[in-house]
Amino acid sequence: MAVFSVYSFPKKDQLVKNRALTSQQTKKRKQSWKRDGIACLLLAPSLIFLTMFTLIPIVKSFYLSLMDLQLGMKKPVFIGLDNYTYLFSDPLFWKVMGNTVLFSLLTVIPSMVLGLALALLLNMRHKLTGLFRVSFFSPVVMPMIAVASIWMFIYMPDAGLLDQLLKSFGLPGQIFLQRSDTVLPALSVVYNWKEAGFLMIFFLSGLQNISTEMYEAARIDGARKFTIFWKLTFPLLMPTTIFVSTIALTDSFKLVDHIAMMTEGMPNNSSTTLLYFIYQNGFTYFNQGIASTLTVILLIIMLIAASLQFFTADSRIHYN
Amino acid sequence: MQLKRIVFFILASAFALLWLIPLIWLIVTTFTEPSYYMSIIPKTPFSLQNIIYILSAAPFGRYYANTIMIVAGIFCVQCITVTLAAFALSVMNFRFEKLVFFLIFVQIIIPNDVLIMPNYSTISSLGLIDTKLAIMIPFYCSAFGILLLRQSFKTIPIALSDASKIDGCNLMQTIWKVYVPCAKPAYVSFGLVSISYHWNNYLWPVIVTNSVNNRPLTVGLAIFAKSKEAVMQWSNVCAATFIIIFPLLTAFLFFQKQFINSFVSSGIK
Repeated sequence: MAVFSVYSFPKKDQLVKNRALTSQQTKKRKQSWKRDGIACLLLAPSLIFLTMFTLIPIVKSFYLSLMDLQLGMKKPVFIGLDNYTYLFSDPLFWKVMGNTVLFSLLTVIPSMVLGLALALLLNMRHKLTGLFRVSFFSPVVMPMIAVASIWMFIYMPDAGLLDQLLKSFGLPGQIFLQRSDTVLPALSVVYNWKEAGFLMIFFLSGLQNISTEMYEAARIDGARKFTIFWKLTFPLLMPTTIFVSTIALTDSFKLVDHIAMMTEGMPNNSSTTLLYFIYQNGFTYFNQGIASTLTVILLIIMLIAASLQFFTADSRIHYN
Repeated sequence: MQLKRIVFFILASAFALLWLIPLIWLIVTTFTEPSYYMSIIPKTPFSLQNIIYILSAAPFGRYYANTIMIVAGIFCVQCITVTLAAFALSVMNFRFEKLVFFLIFVQIIIPNDVLIMPNYSTISSLGLIDTKLAIMIPFYCSAFGILLLRQSFKTIPIALSDASKIDGCNLMQTIWKVYVPCAKPAYVSFGLVSISYHWNNYLWPVIVTNSVNNRPLTVGLAIFAKSKEAVMQWSNVCAATFIIIFPLLTAFLFFQKQFINSFVSSGIK
């Protein structure tokens, strides 16, 4: 129609039709403006809090990481990348980064393996499945601070539960939390004890989504149990596994309550991880500039962790 | 086949024991008289003296009230903000929708726990240090809640909201009378996750509070465990730990399915 009208003058009734159309369009446009307005009003409360406590803080961290701002200073002073060069030349910073990586290694894969193992155990129905489920999941609903206070006494030298156990086997008692080589493994045990039940439920729901027909087909083909697990269950669980790995990785960076409760970074900063280091710099030494710089580094690590999931999401996933 | 079941059963029992021992020890220690050596089998007589002692030695009653106020305060405001936002994102096709989703994903990727430093300076410039509002306000918008409710709102047929419009409902009435009741299970899931998270949260409250009147239970426990009153006596610390975990643990025992399903949905990304 539109093409025609260029060459031939439109008839009268067509003109009327066109005018009707345009007035309808303006009405539609008005409606869409109204709709956009209402949508904005509905979103406003959420967006205000989101902006105040997530977006601006992210920008602010970048801004303050270029500033010198310490206790007693009224205004931040621009110092460029000095905070970064200071940190990168500080052996303590590298020790903390090492601790963070080590703690992640000691928690992410073990807690995922444990979570998967517990899910497989629960997936076999038994009379006691209910009890098993309660015992594996109950640490999840407990505060980390409470879990840490229980384990603090389990690790206590001499009178503690673990030392009692070692003694009953005739082994010498150990000091776990006060030695720089055992403190992170000891903390990671506590962490895995709490986290495994959480990761377990994702694997469990992943396992229950795999159709039983597949297993039957494999069984008819004469596949062995072990083969079924590696060639069927494991690939089908891949989306769950990737998804769980992001949760596990993010959690290992953002949980520090057990460090605050059990060691406070002792001995000799051997149990200080990145977020706890931010906490120490910001709220013990009151150095906002350095704390912001560390926040920026943690933000970048979190973004990389999230994008890892984003990029692996398409490849290596087998859909049902 | 039978053998395999037995092996699985033994393995599961072993793991369950490993997971239960700390809890059993906690409960046994809480309800027996103090002893020098730890043991998971009660060796001293039953007594309530540990619980009575900690209630008098530290203001746990006050901490309890604070935690309940904080958790309820966060959840009430979240319900309002999240419902409105989820409605806009599920039913209305408006411009900038993609931008809003992007902002929501930013909060999912960067949790508030990481932003303690800049958030602290925001709170202190608002003059809110050492108030309950300071603990609550960063959590008033929940990206997780918006996505969860949006999913649930999307399943509600448009015909229902059209019918309510014909009956003369305005927008707010449609949300309140059609969408909210239809999405009850999603609210339960969101509520359980939100309540457990904030009941258990420690790092943020310890940063922004410094008085008994505003401290939640988790901070109270950490302070008590390191104080002189606890005298490194584990029976007291155990009693304090017990009263903190008791409400959620009991709720979990009664509503296992709801808890587990809610926590599964908490992973949505």
